Amino acid sequence: MPGVNALAWALPALPGACGALLSVTGRRGDRVAPAAALAVTAATLALAVTAAVTRPRASVALFAGLRAELAVDGLSAVLVITVSAVALAVLVFAAGEIHEARARFFGLMLLFVGAMLATVTATGLAPLLMAWEVMGAMSYALIGFWWRDGDRVRSATVAFVTTRAGDLGLYLAAGCALAGTGTLDLAGLAAAPRPWRDLVAAGIVTAALGKSAQLPFSFWLSRAMAGPTPVSALLHSATMVAAGAYLLLRVQPLLAATGWAATLAAWIGALTALLLGAVALAQRDLKQLLAASTCAQVGFMVLAAGVSAVAGGTAHLVAHAAVKNLLFMGAGAWLSALGTKDLAELHGAARRHRLVGVTFGVGALALAGLPPLSLWVTKDAVLSTVAERSAALHVVALAAAFLAAAYAARAGFAVWSPRDDATRDDTERSGTRRVGLLAGLPMPPMAFVAAVAGVVGVPVVFTAWRALLGTGPEPGPEGGGLLLSGALAVAAALAVRGRRLAAPRTLAGWLYLERGAVAVVWRPVTSLARALARFDDRVLDGAVRGVSRAVTVLAGWSRRGDETGVDGAVRGLAAGAARLGALLRRPQTGQVHTYFAQAAVVLVLLALVIVLVR
Amino acid sequence: MLSVVVFLPLVAAAALAVWRRPGPRAVARTWIAVSAADLLLVVWMWTRYRGGIAYETRARWIPSVGAGYHVGVDGLSLPLLAMTALLFLVCAVGSLRGTRRAGPYAALFLALETVCLGLFAALDLLLFFVFFDLSIVGMYFVIAGWGHGDHLRSALRFFLYTFLGSLALLLGFIGLYLGSRPRTFDMTDLTRNPPLADAPGTAALVLLAVAVGLAVKTPSFPFHTWLPPAHTDAPAAGSAILAGVMLKMGTYGFVRIAMPMLPGAWQRYAWVFVAVGVVGALYGALVALAQDDLKRLVAYTSVNHMGYVVLAVGAAGLVAGDARAGELAVSGAVTQMVSHGLVTGALFLLTGVLWDRVHDYDLGRLGGIAGRAPVFAGLTAVAAFASLGLPGLSGFIAEFQIFAGVIGTGSPGAVAAGALAVIGVLITAALFLRVLHRAFLGPPGELTPRVTEMRPGELAAVTPLLAASLVIGLFPRWLLDVIEPAATAVVSLVSR
Repeated sequence: MPGVNALAWALPALPGACGALLSVTGRRGDRVAPAAALAVTAATLALAVTAAVTRPRASVALFAGLRAELAVDGLSAVLVITVSAVALAVLVFAAGEIHEARARFFGLMLLFVGAMLATVTATGLAPLLMAWEVMGAMSYALIGFWWRDGDRVRSATVAFVTTRAGDLGLYLAAGCALAGTGTLDLAGLAAAPRPWRDLVAAGIVTAALGKSAQLPFSFWLSRAMAGPTPVSALLHSATMVAAGAYLLLRVQPLLAATGWAATLAAWIGALTALLLGAVALAQRDLKQLLAASTCAQVGFMVLAAGVSAVAGGTAHLVAHAAVKNLLFMGAGAWLSALGTKDLAELHGAARRHRLVGVTFGVGALALAGLPPLSLWVTKDAVLSTVAERSAALHVVALAAAFLAAAYAARAGFAVWSPRDDATRDDTERSGTRRVGLLAGLPMPPMAFVAAVAGVVGVPVVFTAWRALLGTGPEPGPEGGGLLLSGALAVAAALAVRGRRLAAPRTLAGWLYLERGAVAVVWRPVTSLARALARFDDRVLDGAVRGVSRAVTVLAGWSRRGDETGVDGAVRGLAAGAARLGALLRRPQTGQVHTYFAQAAVVLVLLALVIVLVR
Repeated sequence: MLSVVVFLPLVAAAALAVWRRPGPRAVARTWIAVSAADLLLVVWMWTRYRGGIAYETRARWIPSVGAGYHVGVDGLSLPLLAMTALLFLVCAVGSLRGTRRAGPYAALFLALETVCLGLFAALDLLLFFVFFDLSIVGMYFVIAGWGHGDHLRSALRFFLYTFLGSLALLLGFIGLYLGSRPRTFDMTDLTRNPPLADAPGTAALVLLAVAVGLAVKTPSFPFHTWLPPAHTDAPAAGSAILAGVMLKMGTYGFVRIAMPMLPGAWQRYAWVFVAVGVVGALYGALVALAQDDLKRLVAYTSVNHMGYVVLAVGAAGLVAGDARAGELAVSGAVTQMVSHGLVTGALFLLTGVLWDRVHDYDLGRLGGIAGRAPVFAGLTAVAAFASLGLPGLSGFIAEFQIFAGVIGTGSPGAVAAGALAVIGVLITAALFLRVLHRAFLGPPGELTPRVTEMRPGELAAVTPLLAASLVIGLFPRWLLDVIEPAATAVVSLVSR
């Protein structure tokens, strides 16, 4: 049925096209932008639900013999609904938060959402890469939304360049997929012969780690905080960082087929969950804490892809999207109302704005993995498979879960503790002292999802979930594991309660990852660039200048030789050289037409010679 | 038909030349009308094009050396003809205001349009060479007559360097002629019966001569040093034509002449082109990264982008490689020629806007332009993202095909080359974002107060180029349907 299949195009195209239109209207569109964007996002959500039911599939010729196809299967169905629902919540929040250049803001956000929708429905590497990179560019534009501030622009640049460094992996993967399988289909990658399979896996894993801000790319996500809060709320939950985890879950058969790639992904995911969890615990700034926690939580999804826990990883992705979206909205609401996002200065914030406080509290408890909230279950759905695979990995993951509970509890305690000497308002900007209706509206439904999404762990539901995603057997959340991680979460929460943490500088500074990347990659590259530029000016161009000088000098000598009149052979040689010199000197007087005329004559002579020779 | 397209601008140029003191408005109107008519004719030709060599005309010219007036279009030349006609039209539109000596300027550009169109239409080596050389002469006068800065010196350097290159090319052409049986300069005949098939040593020398000639024009590393000064000191429209159209003469020569006429030699030395391409792509990107002069920076990105093209045509010659991947690479190379013409043309016209306002290209003295000229900043951002290969714009369509095709050939060396060259995409991203950061965003700079918003004429010049890039980026099939059969033909010719 063509009508149904057109839905596959309409789903990303609707927000994409409307977003593009909106972002070029400039000031004129500012008034209608929020309403238009909300209408479009609501329609997109409706399309997403329809697509999840009807499962459209549509393709178009892109390059010779290579088609671009968008299709909605089980995994995509879950993702498109998650993405559009989170987007709707974020845009409602943004309608109450963003009051400047609204057409540009909402236009870019819609484009961002459209790109993510295309990313999760693409069945081949070409459309995937296209959507993937557009998403990166939109994140650049949104992080640098307040472009008059040079630091924010720099942050946006760092974010884009870092994620694009990972994206190079997808270019490599596309070429190797073509060499190995003759197509770019994601589904066929696992069947590619060696070494292509390994190269494709290496490329895809690199790209996914970059996009998902896993080690060693994590630092860009800290930079991404320079954007407005709604951008963070979207970027950290259902787009951008989620895209990397999604891609790894999507190509899990490929990772498993190579063996090493699955192990690598699992370990990087687990280590990111552990180390960035520690980084999160060490932050004083609420948004930075949330950012590091995103890296850590996405680490569990990457770990899930590595150990073939696709159903568990996907459940964690969805539940985390709701939780993180909620937490960022809360942090953003307080930043607007109270003018600060410092954890100590926010003491008492939850009691001053109860709606935000309660929903944020639910989010923080869920993030901590406290029973019976969502992430407790979904994380264990991953951990139960990890336990089967490797004890070492399991220990690391449990430690990461402990840290997750600690940092989440720290954030929760900070805002719920009573006002004290540390409480301060307006240290970052002047607050409005109120949380608007629109800003508060999406919080309760998100808190509800964050609380109850754990229902996916009920064995019957989990079996249905696996059937929906079409994944192989995996244990799902188990009693013993749930008990253990629940107890760990409670212990961690109690451990951080009322305790002032002396954070090592390394952790507070995000493990100095950015400094490391600048020192190891960026500085050498710029030095090389400057050296090459000097080489270009002095050596290459210098050689050209040298040759022309040498010819002129040679011509001068030959002329002298010619004038003093030595023997005939020398004179002939000199005359030839002199003519060459004259030829090169003449244009220097500006008489180029003469020179060209001579060349034309030579050309005719040559032609004549050729004719005679023939 | 094709001859009308080619020579219509020349006729108009002659009319402008003999016209006694035309007013600047009359000149502008004539210039735009003729360019627009020419573009419409090319579009009309495109709509009626059905594959193969079309609109062919053969006439006797110099029968004694087997050279004729032979023109025609196929899937390689048609997109370039269209891009050339569009670029000349927008240059006409963009040069409406404030051009000194408008009459001769318009006549010169119209004559150059004939030369450029003629080169892409030529199916005879001598005809090709004549247009190749005349383009150098025409551009020399554009830079010398209407440039700024140290323009006389730059023009002279440009002329001598590229003229020397064209002499190498002529030597190669004579070699091809002498190697053919029966002797001819006709490209279709030379393609059908490749000369020097039984003399690999001579064929290698001829390929060397042809390749050096074309590499100077492209320009490939290490023959590119004429490019930055020529661009920096040329008027905006001159730079746009030089980068947009004239650089393509070199790369077009590779796919039109070197590959199909010297297939054996090309296969044997394909590695050289792959290596030169990779080095050029990375070198151009890195040197561009170190520039503080916006126009020099854009000029060096041309070295980078043309490096991809050379890499692609080199990889297509690898015998061991997969033919389908080779076709993808060549198709990407031709797409890149069109895309680079549009995008770099737009970038140079935009730097022209900057020069018009502040008479400087120094990134260090600019900043926060978006506040004073949001449309200017927005269009520059779009052009920058197109140039760094963002999907949705034409650069990606070209570069993805090139990388996927080069790596997809499957030979280990090509995979390594492709993997290295793809780093260029990252460096161009860094350098263009740096331009946006330093000049267009952030706090205002020293010269920023003098920047004003783009005028309607400037908008009308830049927007069509970026719109075309966007259309190709989103809906590439209409272009690729023309290019792909020709790319397939080139690959089958080179793998003989």
